[in-house]
Amino acid sequence: MRITVNDEPRDVTGDTLSVVLDELGYGAARVATALDGLFVPVSRRATASVTDGARLEILAPMQGG
Amino acid sequence: MTFYGTELSSRLMLGTAQYPSPDILAGAVRAAQAGVVTVSLRRESAGERAGQAFWSLISDLGVPVLPNTAGCHTPREAVTTAQMAREVFNTDWIKLEVIGEQDTLQPDVFGLVEAARILTEDGFKVFPYTTEDLVVAERLLRAGCEVLMPWGAPIGSGKGLNNVFGLRAMRAHFPDVPLVVDAGIGRPSHATQAMELGYDAVLINTAVAQAGDPVGMARAFRLAVESGLAAREADPMDERDMAAPSTPVLGLARFA
Repeated sequence: MRITVNDEPRDVTGDTLSVVLDELGYGAARVATALDGLFVPVSRRATASVTDGARLEILAPMQGG
Repeated sequence: MTFYGTELSSRLMLGTAQYPSPDILAGAVRAAQAGVVTVSLRRESAGERAGQAFWSLISDLGVPVLPNTAGCHTPREAVTTAQMAREVFNTDWIKLEVIGEQDTLQPDVFGLVEAARILTEDGFKVFPYTTEDLVVAERLLRAGCEVLMPWGAPIGSGKGLNNVFGLRAMRAHFPDVPLVVDAGIGRPSHATQAMELGYDAVLINTAVAQAGDPVGMARAFRLAVESGLAAREADPMDERDMAAPSTPVLGLARFA
């Protein structure tokens, strides 16, 4: 199925967020995730369903003022 | 100096953006003896790993981090960003920015108060980037904020304290609330002025990061903050309109 990851279209096969993150190569990276605009904590990634057309945001630490 | 019950080692808070290199950033944080560093969150592709390298640099510095919600224009965006930041940076502190106007990056104070209320109810310790408006300040306190961070001037402008009267009024109005001048400070003298006005801390980024020698400027800001605080504690003299001779007139020689 096709989803959007940080505004880029990606084809994935996993149907939960934790599987999709592994598939996309994030593995153990220190990132935070939001699905369709809502924050999904690490503790809920294994049960959060990813469906066709989902919008996934993956954010990492960055310099800031 | 305590924020939400946490004692800070210094009243200089330093942003981590726009430095020429990670080494210079680390050098500046050390030279500033910063009590807090601000950080942010951005999109990262899996192969990039820039965020992971940045996180390891920040962790090594051992300074408390204050994540921001920079770039958010609505309470909803700011709340989601704050939730993500809490998990990534493992802190319930959040520098809340809800931007309302693109040219000045002025806070949308209505969205700010709403987001502050939602985040406080969710257990966050909110550091709101606000204006010097006393009514907004009162609303933020009522929403649960225990620190206020009024702007000195627009972010990155380096113009210093644009509204000294307003900042002084804010200090007088909220004598027991920790107040931080955030944004607009361009030179160490501006930081000294903020401390002399009785502000508890200053937050600097561009003025250090974009200086010709960021590490040297970080040191200059450390000294400036220390100087302003010492001056404040030493109770500065009152201004007057007329001259008053500092050398005693009594016993002056007469030659004519």
